[in-house]
Amino acid sequence: MQQLADYLLAEGFLAGLPKSLGYVLVIAFFAFVLLNFIMVIAGVTSWLERRVWARIQSRVGPNRVGPQGTIQWLADGIKNVLKEDIVPDAADKPLFKAAPYLAMIGFFGAWACVPFGDGLIIADLNVGVLYITAVTGLVVVGILMAGWSSNNKWALLGGIRSAAQIVSYEIPAAIAINTVILLTGTLSMQGIIRAQGWAPWNWFLFDNPFTFVAFFIFFVALLAEGNRTPFDLPEAESELVAGAFTEYSGLRSLLFFLVEWGNLYIIGALCTSLFLGGWQVPAFTSNAFIQGVLQMVTFFLKSYFLVFVAMWIRATLPRVRVDQLMSLCWKYLVPISFVNLLGAMLWVVAFPHGNIVMRVLMFLFGVAVALYFFSRVAFHLRRAHPEMSWNPIA
Amino acid sequence: MGFGDYVQNIRQTVGTIFEGMAITASHFMRKPFTIQYPDRTEIRVQDSLPFRYRGLLDVDLEICTGCLACERACPIDCIVIDAEKDKTTKEMILKRFDIDLAKCMYCGLCSEPCPTGSIHHTPEFEGADYSLESLVRRYVKAPLVAYKPPKGPETNPEVAPILARGLRYLDEFASPGDAK
Repeated sequence: MQQLADYLLAEGFLAGLPKSLGYVLVIAFFAFVLLNFIMVIAGVTSWLERRVWARIQSRVGPNRVGPQGTIQWLADGIKNVLKEDIVPDAADKPLFKAAPYLAMIGFFGAWACVPFGDGLIIADLNVGVLYITAVTGLVVVGILMAGWSSNNKWALLGGIRSAAQIVSYEIPAAIAINTVILLTGTLSMQGIIRAQGWAPWNWFLFDNPFTFVAFFIFFVALLAEGNRTPFDLPEAESELVAGAFTEYSGLRSLLFFLVEWGNLYIIGALCTSLFLGGWQVPAFTSNAFIQGVLQMVTFFLKSYFLVFVAMWIRATLPRVRVDQLMSLCWKYLVPISFVNLLGAMLWVVAFPHGNIVMRVLMFLFGVAVALYFFSRVAFHLRRAHPEMSWNPIA
Repeated sequence: MGFGDYVQNIRQTVGTIFEGMAITASHFMRKPFTIQYPDRTEIRVQDSLPFRYRGLLDVDLEICTGCLACERACPIDCIVIDAEKDKTTKEMILKRFDIDLAKCMYCGLCSEPCPTGSIHHTPEFEGADYSLESLVRRYVKAPLVAYKPPKGPETNPEVAPILARGLRYLDEFASPGDAK
């Protein structure tokens, strides 16, 4: 990013402008591009999520707006923008109005360090992962603010739950990140991806048993931080109406849901860069452009697969209770992640450059788990022998 | 809680989530049950309903004898018929045959006493309208002569199929099951 700005200032199309103005222009341009990308990705995710749940529940889902309902999200978005923006009489008005934007800032800030390909990143900070963890924490301020300022008991309960939940689950997430940091020695997102290879046995997921466990701890903790089912207690439609977002309408409510669905992609991107080898692809061609496109596609597919897994989990598991949420975090995830970190430390001392035998073994173990999973799916299909439909859009 | 229980809890959590995900994944490949009424069904839903389906009432005026049996049978008086006997030709003249579908409760008592199966339920069920008045179906536009069953089989080729359908309806609807 900075190289690009410097290049444009020196001999590109911004030549002759003052340096600071040139930087601001480049940043503003990329912020605009990124914002549009987020809108589209969050919207498409919202549509896809409804289709995926529908198929899992033997329904069809939204398929009327556009071909197979592909622009349903656009219709929903436009409808929300056109709705009246209601601010309750008894609400704390300045806080109520500011809350969605605060959540949005925390969420949007994280995208600065989300990689898309080799060199395709807004800012490759040397504290990248730490920055994302810190800035995503700002979302909870927005949700807590929304819950408090709405002057509504449901909203307040939702806000409190969100605060308790996000603060708790930051700990196992951070420790799981540390397990990877031990292996890379860098916090930079691109540095972490470069430390891995394209082959699955070179991913940190299969590096040793401790990173394997850390991946699941990290994914669960991120689901909880993103307020996803089974941890969607702050929203909890069946208990709290819409939790912290109860009093919101129109564009403000839309912003909260944009954060929720956009966050899903960040979860996928973080897990992909930390554990699944990021954008690493084998060197197919020497053409830098084609290679770059391949990297982008690889990274996007890996991230989106994890987004799909999150949807799938949402269609599978019921919401946990508040006490179950807390005991899962403090009695299970935190101790396990600490033991896990200790084991990873010993591993790094024993094998400073990794152990290829263990990598391949872990990879084979992963394949075995996947095969066992497919056999269970086949078992359930055989037992029910239902009418099958492989058509994804039927 | 001992350490054994702790490990057991973890094992159960992982195991049950694994199995649950396998079940939902198997559902993901099944055919949806949804019938996409009204425009994406293989045939019209009305056509897939049985002959005896109790939908909106209809009258075949070609075979109505003007006997007023249906009007007398209707428990909520939603059928109104004006029929007079012409003194000179000894024919029944139908002047009015109204059914108020807003009142109709689909009991089927009117179609049972009908001698020709003229008044009958159809599989049609889309009766929504903007006003109650428009739900009053007026079948007689201009006074007409009621049907008079001939001695022996019906020979008029226009009326015969309608009468056959009406009698079949009576046979299936008015005397179902053991009463046949």
